Amino acid sequence: MNKDINAPAKQAEEVEYHVNMGPQHPSTHGVLRLCLTLEGEIIEKLEPHCGYIHRGIEKMCEKDTYQQIIHLSDRTDYVAAHMNNHAVCLLVENALQIEVPERVKYIRTIMDEMTRIQSHLLWWGCYGMDLGGMTCFFYGFRDREKILDIWEETTGARFLQSYYTPGGLMQDIHPNFQKRVKEFLKYFSKKLSDFDNILSNNVIFLERSRGVGYLSREDAINYGITGPSGRGSGFACDVRKRFPYSMYDKVDFKEILRDEGDTLARYQVRMDEMRESMHIIEQLIDNIPAGDYSAKMKPVIKLPEGEYYQRVETARGELGIYCISDGNKTPYRWKFRSPCFSNLSVLDRISRKCKIADLIAISGSLDLIIPDIDR
Amino acid sequence: MSSFFKYFSDLFKGVKSLLKGMAVTNRYFFSPGEIVTEQYPENRNKMKMYDRFKGEVIMIHNEHNQHHCTGCGICETSCPNGSIEIISKRIDLPDGKKERVIDKHIYHLGMCTFCGLCVKNCPSHALAFGQRFEHAVYDRTKLNKILNHPGSSIIKDIEE
Repeated sequence: MNKDINAPAKQAEEVEYHVNMGPQHPSTHGVLRLCLTLEGEIIEKLEPHCGYIHRGIEKMCEKDTYQQIIHLSDRTDYVAAHMNNHAVCLLVENALQIEVPERVKYIRTIMDEMTRIQSHLLWWGCYGMDLGGMTCFFYGFRDREKILDIWEETTGARFLQSYYTPGGLMQDIHPNFQKRVKEFLKYFSKKLSDFDNILSNNVIFLERSRGVGYLSREDAINYGITGPSGRGSGFACDVRKRFPYSMYDKVDFKEILRDEGDTLARYQVRMDEMRESMHIIEQLIDNIPAGDYSAKMKPVIKLPEGEYYQRVETARGELGIYCISDGNKTPYRWKFRSPCFSNLSVLDRISRKCKIADLIAISGSLDLIIPDIDR
Repeated sequence: MSSFFKYFSDLFKGVKSLLKGMAVTNRYFFSPGEIVTEQYPENRNKMKMYDRFKGEVIMIHNEHNQHHCTGCGICETSCPNGSIEIISKRIDLPDGKKERVIDKHIYHLGMCTFCGLCVKNCPSHALAFGQRFEHAVYDRTKLNKILNHPGSSIIKDIEE
């Protein structure tokens, strides 16, 4: 300790200091540690530290058969479990060149869009809560509960359904399914205006989110920001439009794009996506064709030797699965390109020179799911 | 002057937006419509889970304490994390032949992820999902269950 006591006082003010946000900070919704370098209240640098919930899912996939991988893919992005299952199923089906029945495609598309609604609802509730609106949390979870209830009747589980299987579905939809989904759509279309009144038009929320965390279109492309976060910056990255799968090339829906690139734009993209998802379900729910709920599959699935890549639009962005098969019943290498990992990478860039209180709004608007980052 | 008016118009707009939000919460406060909250421990007797609910894996037994499990081990191989162990034994038949039957169908509930592959892949439809979900115990060894009831036997021919 040989400090120069005669040094000018200015130097002491310039010292930057470090603050850890997380790994158990309530607004990261998981175990993410953000190492912040601060100057006063201003963020100079942000370093995310991942790995607190690393479970080695990719390695575990390499010892599992393709049917067993389904239940592990549930556990990456657990809020949108159906969509992760969809990616695995499409990869296996495309590799084996199996045509699944039309009924399966319809049900999968409906389930995916319901997943998108419930995932955005959960995000809306938590985001409102992070920004100080506790009521949002209750309303978001109340409406999400209705979707979970419909799923529980059909799939037997509320959260980690493992409902898709390569070639089709685990079981047929419940006889009440169509009726209850239509009831939900009728109920939910009225609730969206409530959401707008309580949060989207709220002056406190607008002041906190407008102009905060600006992400340019170039940065979105450079960093690989997909999903609603990328589309809030005008990056047309919707896999459902660009590389259609299941029924997405036959239904009519809009790709929501906004040019503002700030936190509010990402918020509004998600709110509009819920309306689009409802529009997609409305087109399909009455027309589910009769037929089998699964294609005829061999009990042991062996993919031909080679490399495969399959992408799916989840609620958070593009989920890609890269698989190398050596012809055995288990994959040689299995890699998830998870949307949250790429979206996290831009957090440093867009939160620099922001206030530390804005970081909650910015990281919430990226909709990060931590087990999807760490896997 | 214009900034003066803007200040007040912003103020009124802000207050208006807050009142709009308050109107939503007030509406629910005075007319709750349907109450979505369930009083869980109180409604245990009336509560009914859906038929497909995946609470635990059970083995279906009929009234004569008989089941369909042949001990083939397909559930054991299809389980992704080794929650199922099959221990089979050989018994002597009256005609002098030996037959392999199931001794213990051990199910580790604590390891199960409820993927449903064992129930789906069982060739003789011996397994099913039970609706019981209150599995909390003080000792985790209590989560290791033997699914075939004591003294049970296999249903030989199709009577039903």
